[in-house]
Amino acid sequence: MTDQNLSATPLKSLMEELGGKMVPFAGYSMPVQFAAGVRQEHIWTRENCGLFDVSHMGQARLRGNNPAIALETIVPGNMQGLVANMQRYTVLLNSDGGIIDDLMVSRPDDDGLMLVVNAACKDKDYQRITTALAGVAELEPINDRALIAVQGPKTAEIFTKFMPAACDMVFMQCGHFTLFGHDVIVSRSGYTGEDGFEISLPSAHAEEIVREILADQRVKPIGLGARDSLRLEVGLCLSGHDFTEDHTPISAGLAWAVPKIRRERKDFPGATRMLQELTAEPEAIRVGICPDGKAPAREGTEIFKDGIRVGQVTSGGFGPTFGGPVSMGYVRADLANIGSKVDLLIRGKNYPATITKMPFVAQNYYRGKGA
Amino acid sequence: MADLYFTEEHEWLSVEADTARVGITSYAAEQLGDIVFVELPEIGKQIEAGGEAAVVESVKSASELFAPITGEIVAANMELEDAPETVNEDPTGKGWFFEIKISDKSELGKLMDKAAYDAFVAGL
Repeated sequence: MTDQNLSATPLKSLMEELGGKMVPFAGYSMPVQFAAGVRQEHIWTRENCGLFDVSHMGQARLRGNNPAIALETIVPGNMQGLVANMQRYTVLLNSDGGIIDDLMVSRPDDDGLMLVVNAACKDKDYQRITTALAGVAELEPINDRALIAVQGPKTAEIFTKFMPAACDMVFMQCGHFTLFGHDVIVSRSGYTGEDGFEISLPSAHAEEIVREILADQRVKPIGLGARDSLRLEVGLCLSGHDFTEDHTPISAGLAWAVPKIRRERKDFPGATRMLQELTAEPEAIRVGICPDGKAPAREGTEIFKDGIRVGQVTSGGFGPTFGGPVSMGYVRADLANIGSKVDLLIRGKNYPATITKMPFVAQNYYRGKGA
Repeated sequence: MADLYFTEEHEWLSVEADTARVGITSYAAEQLGDIVFVELPEIGKQIEAGGEAAVVESVKSASELFAPITGEIVAANMELEDAPETVNEDPTGKGWFFEIKISDKSELGKLMDKAAYDAFVAGL
């Protein structure tokens, strides 16, 4: 794909000005890293505050008589239970219960539901939602708003100056706030394992707002490279890699995303199959894998036990905070216990590894004072 | 005084008598980003020019290091196994990868000198 065919986010020129090394990602020109490099950007986010342009992700509204009831026909989450000013993580299912994508659903206001989907799956997701909910609910992609994530332990302290009311929210709450004079939609969430916010900004003012935020020296722009290593260290899935349409939420290790109320009603695609999967021993389970040595085991690395192939790595690399290589992947169920030993076949050689509890690095969400 | 040679793959060779010490250039180290793992060849291994000699992994990706010249591996910088970041810190010094006993010194004629390499990088 040439640069001419790539879309630009409202923050692209600012990201370039800040020294972003731009690469094609999901049809957009995005910064993979800045001058500091992936490792330092990663560590900066874990210790201070990192700012990510995630405007390539899909923001949309779902409207209708009861968009929550409508959405429940294609997701297994409890959407009717999603009260005002709350956000939830769920997955979009195909007709067999396979995972098309994961997404955030929220109710920041009275204008239906707000959805945030992955950039690489945007078209497929919108197609699925529009077709499945035709006549019941209407999907409208939002094309005039940018999206940023500000993540890290100093985020709340910094944003107390900029939008104090938003700092009273706890993890997964959301709402409208005023940021440098503009109406923004904020959720206390992100995908790095750290405390922080995702902020939907009017595109026309995105650059001006981000410049104001970056004026605080504790905030630095962070690229997609560190975004990937940050999410991997806290065991969060990358859509299309750590799960695909071949997985249900149960076989992908996301059983918690299928709450009891939905299991009882069995009213989502693939419900029968998933309830069977819950009681039967699954063939393969998604696990954390730590190579015993220093060689990173990346996506596609095959996993062996006593010379027999028992699984595959779906995400892997080096964890800068963890201080060593970390991977995620699927292994045969009988080998999925924490501490179980396997071999990773890297460039034709076996490297010993250990099945490890995820997250590799503790999550640091804000759940309220004293929590 | 060692003679310095360079390849289009951004490797440097420091040749003394019939042995070449091999590493990657500052340009390559910068392009790769933070190096987190280096896999070195075994001592005694015979290697052909252009054959895979080592692997260098950054936070982002894994890259192969091709042998710049034919010969036998006579030394490997084992310190990189514990401190791969040395390659970023001092690519042309302490961050060397391995040493080759050169089979045929006429192969050096195909490589660039420093001026030619600098011009090559400037043109990238």
